[in-house]
Amino acid sequence: MSAILDFLLGLAWPWTRLLLFLVGICAFVGLNAAYLVLAERKGAARFQRRPGPNEAGYAGWMQPFADGLKLLSKQVLIPPGTDALLYCVAPLMVMAPPLMCLAVVPFGESLVARNLDYGLLFVFSFGSINVMALMLGGWASRNKFSVISSARVVSQNVAYEIPMLLVVITLLMVAGTLDLNEVIRQQTGGFWQWNILRGIWDFRAGHIGANFLMPVTFIIFYTCMLAETNRAPFDMAEAESELVAGAFTEYGGMGFGVFFMAEYANIVLGCSLATILFLGGWQSPFPPVSFLAYFSGPLWGPIWFLAKMYCLVFSVIWVRWTFPRTQFYNLLNLSWKILIPISLFTLLLTGALMKLPLVWRHLF
Amino acid sequence: MTAAAFPFTDNLVAGVFILAVTTTVAGALIAALSTRIIRGVAGLMVCCLGLAGLYYFLRSPFLALMEILIYVGAVCVTIIFGVMLSEPDEPAKTEKPVHAILWGGASLLVSLMIFWGVSRLSLHGAWTAPAARVTDGSIKAIGVSLLTSYSMAFELISLVLLVAILGALVIARMGRTKA
Repeated sequence: MSAILDFLLGLAWPWTRLLLFLVGICAFVGLNAAYLVLAERKGAARFQRRPGPNEAGYAGWMQPFADGLKLLSKQVLIPPGTDALLYCVAPLMVMAPPLMCLAVVPFGESLVARNLDYGLLFVFSFGSINVMALMLGGWASRNKFSVISSARVVSQNVAYEIPMLLVVITLLMVAGTLDLNEVIRQQTGGFWQWNILRGIWDFRAGHIGANFLMPVTFIIFYTCMLAETNRAPFDMAEAESELVAGAFTEYGGMGFGVFFMAEYANIVLGCSLATILFLGGWQSPFPPVSFLAYFSGPLWGPIWFLAKMYCLVFSVIWVRWTFPRTQFYNLLNLSWKILIPISLFTLLLTGALMKLPLVWRHLF
Repeated sequence: MTAAAFPFTDNLVAGVFILAVTTTVAGALIAALSTRIIRGVAGLMVCCLGLAGLYYFLRSPFLALMEILIYVGAVCVTIIFGVMLSEPDEPAKTEKPVHAILWGGASLLVSLMIFWGVSRLSLHGAWTAPAARVTDGSIKAIGVSLLTSYSMAFELISLVLLVAILGALVIARMGRTKA
């Protein structure tokens, strides 16, 4: 027994570590989805002045397990007339990309499955598969609601991918690296050093930051994240009142459950990215001086990260139950007419603010 | 505590290669043989994922990720835009079977000839190995060479993309009423 343990912790440690992270991420995604559904229902209830699920366990805390057991015990049906192969593959394809992406997300300075020096690119390239998967699921169902929904998913995601990538490029120009852990390390030294505020005024260097529109950039990123994960007010894909359940109409049992797990995994991924890029990731909001240094370190890192991330997740739920669904044309107009021009402008502004001082110094 | 001490490490590389090749070929076969157009696009996507695996195998992770981002995330989605404008159900066959066999035979002949040519070239061509590794394939090396040796191509491509985005903006801002 101890020989096996020695082998696992010694020679095979890189593999053991990867395996542990794999299991950990799967467990995290599953539990996270289960309890975010509960949070969503509780939040909705709170906003609508009703108690929400409160029967199973204390204040409804066992509700996710009841829901999970119910979904698991349902028969997996393939409705006649569907494209059976694609119908079965779609939930798997929806689930795989966020799991892949979470492998490079640094929850703490060393709490990352595989820190790649092209982590940001990794997240965006695997994240782009999500659209295809939703679309295939909707199309394979051969249901009018699903087909309309998948058409909406594609145009919505294409429209919002552009401002999102432009915003990320702006941040890349400031950070100068694709390594997510390195991006976080640059934001050390208190909350005013986080990218969202450091862009306005760089306190350490004592001059104007790289982009004083950084809070606007953050809002653009957040809006695009809502749209990319098909959340209200942009939940055109599953608009309940007009499309039944959109692309998931024909799915039942755990097939339906997997789509929901993937949606929550994508929300967590989007909020993690926002935390890493704008809010300092696992950095403590306090500067590391005197007793405040106690609040940063390998143990506090994941706590800060999860706190920031779940604050953003809560705001996503908040937005969903506060704002009504937009019209589809308004949705596309917002992206093409407002978000893309503004993000192009911030890109230019960042370039100018970063390079013009050099030109100035060179000339005079 | 070296990595090579783990069992099957030597086979791991061959396994990755076989996986990537199988995925590519299977995706290509699905794309070519399926009658439903949506399955064809799905096959193309699988094929691109396999290609990305091959790039990764060749130690170009940047290229692999770009393959996924551009070909799966953009090109396949664009094809699907086209598919959405077409009929969801496959059309009834109107072609005569004799014609189908003739066209199929002709395309098989052409593709066999191309395959033979390319394989002969790659097996018997006078390939010379590069004297030294030019770059380490890292993002930094790619960035440096894009902005120095290949700056002209880089500028041209960025100009084309900028004009495309601006054109899309102009079309979107004109609105639907003026048609």
